[in-house]
Amino acid sequence: MATQTTNIPDELKNDPRVPEDLNNNIFITTLDKIYNWGRKRSMWPLLFGLACCAIEMICTAASRHDLSRFGWELMRASPRQADLMIVSGTVTKKMIPQIVRLYNQMPEPRYVVAMGSCATSGGPFKEGYNVVSGIDKFIPVDVYIPGCPPRPEALLHSFVKLQEKIEKQSIRTVRWYTTGKTDNGMLVPYLGPDLVDLRRADEIKQKTAL
Amino acid sequence: MGIIGSGILTGLGVTLRHFVETYIEDFKYMGKKAGVQPRMLRRQSPKAHGIVTVEYPMEKLPVPENFRYIPFLVKDDKTNEDRCTSCGICAKVCPPQCIWIARTEDPVTKRPVPAPKDFFIDSTICMNCGYCAEFCPFDAIKMNTDYEIAYYPETENDMRLVYDKNRLTMNESFHWNIHPSVKAAELEAKAADEAKAKAAAEAAAKKAAADAAKKVALAAAPVVPDAPVASVAPTPAAGGAAMAARAAAAARAAAAAKK
Amino acid sequence: MSEVTATPAKPAAKPAAPAAHGAAKPVAAAKMTPEMSAIAAKFGGAVEAAQYEGLLVTDHSKFIEIATYVRDVLKYNQLTNNTATDYIKDGVIEVVNQFTRVPQGGAPLTLKLRVPRPSGNDKTQPVPSLCPLYPGAEFQERETYDMYGVVFEGHPDLRRILMWEGFNGWPLRKDWKEAYYEGDTKPFESRWPGGDHKLAEERVPWEDNVNYPPGFDPFAFKPHPDGDIYDSMLAPSDGTVSIDNGHGVAPTLIEGLNASEMAELKTDEIIVNMGPQHPSTHGVLRMVVKLDGEKVTDLKLALGYLHRNHEKIGERNTWLHNIPYTDRLDYITGIYNEWGYVLGVERMMGLKTTDRVEYLRVITGELTRLASHFWAIGFLLNDLGAFFTPALYFITERDLIIDLLEAVTGSRMMCNYMRFGGVSRDFTSAQWAMARELAFERLPRTIDELDHFLTENEILKARSIGTGYMSADRCIAHSLTGPCLRAAGIGYDVRRADPYGYYDRFDFNIPVLYNGDVYDRYLVRVQEMRESLKIIQQALNQAETQSKVGDIQGGKKAYNHRVPAGQCYARVETPKGELGYYLVSDGNQNPYKYHIRSCSYINLNSMKEMAVGQKVADSVVILGSLDIVLGEVDR
Ligand code: SF4
Repeated sequence: MATQTTNIPDELKNDPRVPEDLNNNIFITTLDKIYNWGRKRSMWPLLFGLACCAIEMICTAASRHDLSRFGWELMRASPRQADLMIVSGTVTKKMIPQIVRLYNQMPEPRYVVAMGSCATSGGPFKEGYNVVSGIDKFIPVDVYIPGCPPRPEALLHSFVKLQEKIEKQSIRTVRWYTTGKTDNGMLVPYLGPDLVDLRRADEIKQKTAL
Repeated sequence: MGIIGSGILTGLGVTLRHFVETYIEDFKYMGKKAGVQPRMLRRQSPKAHGIVTVEYPMEKLPVPENFRYIPFLVKDDKTNEDRCTSCGICAKVCPPQCIWIARTEDPVTKRPVPAPKDFFIDSTICMNCGYCAEFCPFDAIKMNTDYEIAYYPETENDMRLVYDKNRLTMNESFHWNIHPSVKAAELEAKAADEAKAKAAAEAAAKKAAADAAKKVALAAAPVVPDAPVASVAPTPAAGGAAMAARAAAAARAAAAAKK
Repeated sequence: MSEVTATPAKPAAKPAAPAAHGAAKPVAAAKMTPEMSAIAAKFGGAVEAAQYEGLLVTDHSKFIEIATYVRDVLKYNQLTNNTATDYIKDGVIEVVNQFTRVPQGGAPLTLKLRVPRPSGNDKTQPVPSLCPLYPGAEFQERETYDMYGVVFEGHPDLRRILMWEGFNGWPLRKDWKEAYYEGDTKPFESRWPGGDHKLAEERVPWEDNVNYPPGFDPFAFKPHPDGDIYDSMLAPSDGTVSIDNGHGVAPTLIEGLNASEMAELKTDEIIVNMGPQHPSTHGVLRMVVKLDGEKVTDLKLALGYLHRNHEKIGERNTWLHNIPYTDRLDYITGIYNEWGYVLGVERMMGLKTTDRVEYLRVITGELTRLASHFWAIGFLLNDLGAFFTPALYFITERDLIIDLLEAVTGSRMMCNYMRFGGVSRDFTSAQWAMARELAFERLPRTIDELDHFLTENEILKARSIGTGYMSADRCIAHSLTGPCLRAAGIGYDVRRADPYGYYDRFDFNIPVLYNGDVYDRYLVRVQEMRESLKIIQQALNQAETQSKVGDIQGGKKAYNHRVPAGQCYARVETPKGELGYYLVSDGNQNPYKYHIRSCSYINLNSMKEMAVGQKVADSVVILGSLDIVLGEVDR
């Protein structure tokens, strides 16, 4: 087991709550650790490719690199069963409403990896009129991978990083268990004369007023 | 077409063979250690049979020397100076225009000095094409092979992805480490360049001296040759010669760029 | 087998210096070919020699007549390429149509039309559409409309295709500027010598890649309904399929029921949307199918979810900058994309290459063809339901090829290997040995195994024989190219039809099969892999004796090329079909016009006709057999 465990502490040794025959068989770990340990090793990504980087993602899932070793198992084709979204490629304005919608449909806890320059900031196509400058403009990103395209190993490295990040989380503070902070998902932008981010609607109205 | 189902059986046979071959291959090398190629090299070559996984964080396939990821700047080990002369060619050939270079200015004369004041590469735009390394006339920018640069932002406005000069600069030894085969060639070229620069400097000095002598002899006029001081002054240190060579090359490059 | 009927297309343009910027005056009038003269003789007043290349049709009312003549008498039976160029100095938008003879090949025939440039965001005057004559024009004209606002009269379904309905402006017009616009041409001034890193967001008023027209009210605005596409398909139909594609139109009979009982058994038609996020649409394609039970009665594609503005960026890039961008078109066959582009520029500049360069291009190019076909077959099988096992095996093989390409070029997929007149690196001896090992040992073995593994598989056969049939005539009319066309009995392959490179030095066949269904497309791919191997083997052998190691750059290596004013249409046979680059230079460091004739995109044109009348599950298989890559479809 990779979690750090401690032998039963002395003060618990004579605790009446612990049956005698279990005295030497109990490990105590923090709930956080066991929870994070379980979670980081059963992260199922959403099957979802956008552009060139998706090809490298498929290669990562193939036999040479075999994603399943990390417990990331199958790529799920439905957001309802997915914990992780790998944004693998250029995010276009035409596609972003669908991506945000997919993100909203994923149950919490959910994580997002921005794979490649394009997903990080628009990449080589940043100046293009149909390109969104980075997926993080619309949904929160956990791990970034620069590179065009990142090698399969680089994608695996991002998984290592994501696991590292998950390890640092605590049940007490993560958003999805704290009351009053339910996440209703992100506002889905719509396609007007250009991409309209509804969070900025007021500002847009002001600035375009004739 | 044979019996119904034979096609499917053949297919299953192929699958079975792949499965068995994987293990046969492993058995062959069981217990052997010495003289055997590392497992993943052996198992991922065209000669390999079966299917096998590289266990990534524990073992890594070596990247080829040519592999390119994010560029870095090379610093001369001896003189501790950047090889870069801020000629701007890399910024010009960069297809997505992710390189920003600020040229140093001489504080007194306001003339450009062949060294970058600042150098930015926005790695979120970089397309790893390798043009900068390919077209740099000074071998000053090279492609890094380190692909393990995924990260999660720890602070807001984490600008780690925009590499500045500090972050970009690497030692010459680092460059030679990841590109072993260019080391010899580069050293050779450098030696040749230095020799040439030295010869040029000597020739220039001789010529200037001869000119001066001639002119003095002719009219005894005060002669201050307009030629660069560096080439007139004897340059005993190799670093100086290299500097001169660099300056000359920079001038050449600038001329080329203007064209 | 196709015959070589013509020499490589020579660029008609002469290096006319000095170039008129923005082509204010006709620089070089086109050279007249016999076909062009024939048209000129017949339609005297209606045509004249166009600038650079081809004929300009001055009398638009005669255009359809001329096109009919071109198709029926001159036998240019395929519309290869349709695009437009915005000559802003002349105040015209020029619509370019290029026709080719299939399977004979030879240089394409160009017909141009000019319309005055409208002001602002207005559409142009209508020009006649070629759709009735060449169904393959449908998607291409829609793209031209989308990018330039050129209206095609007589087009059955003229909507935007890559951008969305309601988008503000016609992006490829020269005076249309995007939000992050920084300068007309690269390199930008701000990068050197006083470069200070600034995010594009910090530069622009909206702090993002957006621009809104004045007066736009996000609260009052009603976005164009996405459901439009459904509504248009819901238009009541009489239950019959109007397209005659050989599948017949008889309603499916259920066993034991006679026709009148069948008629009583009414099913509702339903509309199913697939994509853009769907595991079997090979990326972000979206397809909307109308179903009668299981049977597809109508199908519409919605594209553009990966439209990355390649052409707009390409017109701003310098000639050299575009090479790595072409890698990102069809990202499975990077090297071949570069080759097409480099070929075009070399023809325009009159650059020479060396023997070594040509051999290396063939070797790497054919290796990517193998990699691409491995990928295509693996994922075709995936679509057929053989989930991932074949794909895994072939990805393993592809990885080996990719390893070699990575060792040589430096990147797994985005090789950036070609240069004008050369290639970037030579093989080292170890890499050469690996190439030999692959070409002579490993890959022949794998292809045999692939054949053994799949070809006789009953399930594969049951699913694919007879699926997605399209007749040879329809294939040509729909501008289909590549393995799909060759599976329908037309031996058209650009390597033979409009030769380039050193392909004339090798002994290889163009595999042709005649059933035009999914199974034959699969078989053609397998056979093509064997032929590719033959080419690689010969190239490796010949290169050893007939070329000099390290001689990888013809002419001087440079980064600031100036290409003489002119026009060029260069095409290569990628694994997916004919990839063409339509380039116009005005003598500057940047292309004036940079258009990609994308085979994946144009092949999709025939998708509807192939799928209508088939089962819905088959439509996925048909898509798999077309082997598209979204990067090239949407560019
Ligand atoms: S980062 Fe590069 S490889 Fe990835 S999607 Fe963008 S262009 Fe393609």
